[in-house]
Amino acid sequence: MIFTLGLRNLFHGGMRFVATVVGIAFSIMLVMVQLGLYQGFAQQVTSMIERADADLWVVRSGTKSFEEASLLSGRERYRALVTPGVASVETLVVGHAEWRKPNGGSVTITLIGSDPQRSKLAPWNVAEGDAADLALTAAVVIDRFSLDLLGVRGRGDKAHIEDNMVRVVALTNGIRSFTTVPYVFTTTERARSYVGAASAQSTHLVVHLAAGADVAAMRARLVAVLPDDEVLTRAEFAARSRAHWLSSTGAGVTLLAGAVLGIIVGTVIVAQTLYASTKDHLGEFATLRALGSSAGWMHRVIFWQAIISAAIGYGLASVGGFVIVRSTSGTALTIVITAELMFILLLVTIGMCIVSALGAIAKVVRIDPALVFVR
Amino acid sequence: MTDAAVEARGIVKTRGQGAGQITALKGIDLALMPGELTLLMGPSGSGKTTLLSVLGCILTPTMGSITIAGRATRDLDQEERAEVRRSHIGFVFQTYNLFPTLTAKENVQLVLDIRGTRADKAQRIAANALAAVGIADKAASFPRDMSGGEQQRVAIARALAGSPSVILADEPTAALDGCTGRSVMSLLAGIAKERQSAVLAVTHDPRTIPFADRIVHIDDGCIVSEERPQSTSSPR
Repeated sequence: MIFTLGLRNLFHGGMRFVATVVGIAFSIMLVMVQLGLYQGFAQQVTSMIERADADLWVVRSGTKSFEEASLLSGRERYRALVTPGVASVETLVVGHAEWRKPNGGSVTITLIGSDPQRSKLAPWNVAEGDAADLALTAAVVIDRFSLDLLGVRGRGDKAHIEDNMVRVVALTNGIRSFTTVPYVFTTTERARSYVGAASAQSTHLVVHLAAGADVAAMRARLVAVLPDDEVLTRAEFAARSRAHWLSSTGAGVTLLAGAVLGIIVGTVIVAQTLYASTKDHLGEFATLRALGSSAGWMHRVIFWQAIISAAIGYGLASVGGFVIVRSTSGTALTIVITAELMFILLLVTIGMCIVSALGAIAKVVRIDPALVFVR
Repeated sequence: MTDAAVEARGIVKTRGQGAGQITALKGIDLALMPGELTLLMGPSGSGKTTLLSVLGCILTPTMGSITIAGRATRDLDQEERAEVRRSHIGFVFQTYNLFPTLTAKENVQLVLDIRGTRADKAQRIAANALAAVGIADKAASFPRDMSGGEQQRVAIARALAGSPSVILADEPTAALDGCTGRSVMSLLAGIAKERQSAVLAVTHDPRTIPFADRIVHIDDGCIVSEERPQSTSSPR
């Protein structure tokens, strides 16, 4: 009966109830998109690190993220290679350079220089051409998404990186940076020349351990032989990159602030409606009290109203969120909505609506049953 | 200790503060007996509704004591008074106070739900209560689709569903035409007799007098006379 009364009183509100569930849906969609962007951002920030599949990373001390690494001296690779338990060491050259468009103008790019035969950071998801062509003279691979930004139309087009002519030999699909700076794939050697590094230098060492090697023990060994550098596990490097981009740059805080704003707006909307609904039905609550209803029974009516509003608003938000994710799937905005996020959002919605109910409950707590005799 | 369903002794009720303070009830003694329909009559502002509210544990008296079904209510807190109301008292209001979003049967079930009665049992009792007041066929109707008389019968069914020892009715016929008003009063008188409930109806409708076992007149916060229509009047 509590559920029936709560539900019917809500529906009795007509347009106000419609406005409430739409308000909840929009606020939850806002939270969903903000948190989805946050998750997408966090995922993109570490996508290269995860893709490389390293057991350990060696970078210069103080390196903040994958993209912001400085050059190592060049001797580290050999020191690592001779350390017992290390199976292979791959060099990467990652750095920023100037891309000069064929028709004038330039943009900053992030170069990813790797061994196209062996590295997992060689271009993947190749949609046009062959990644093996990266071995050809002046070859680069870019993503389809970056064509306009880089001022080229497709394979075969030429441009310059710094003063070096390059030619697009293949196009990938969906390898995008979380910033507006596009990735350009090339070989390790050419990347060195574009960023002005010496022949043995690199920015990252991707260390693969022998089967069965203990990662923590190997890390300690490498730290001992490379005292001027940092040796990080995959998780540590990913966490550091996330922390840099999400916290230090303020991007994460901005996204989370948007989510909090959504929760506040939703709470206010639901609180206003539940309060107004309670006020409209004050006579009925006074009757309930006069008939001997406990305060708890009346609170449960309002709580059910909150839960019903939450469930309908959440359902609408889920549909809206699905549409937004589908419609933004081909854009630079990567919104990642997982089952865990949806579950958290359900709890947030219910929590938001219950908090909203407190105002209405406070009103009912003070209700005077003698109102039933007011004529 | 008496057999009264409700016993009020020395009830004083003041309202307001300072110069604006008024004494609505000035030392009322009243006992409501099982099986009796008592009418509480008096002019507007005489204290009828205040007395009904005090007897129904809705208002707390400033002085005096109320015993309902043998339970003293003086020192009870708000929740305990609510518990006394739902356990021992049925209310019938002038404007019915039905829930517009619930059907007749659900309105009756509601009062059982707040008592914690199981849903299947509550449905059975609600159906019986509606049948007892002669509107079993209106069980699925909403208040907006019923006449005033039918709505008042639903309110009476709601009041008696919990088998209370006391039914307090506030102007139960005021919003009804003569014929409907008489049938409602007949119903309340029958309930008093058949269920051995103490029924108190606040009214100034003279059409209700033939149904009364006892009439209590109140004026300016005091009981001024009491009579039993078929017996001797006993002015106080």
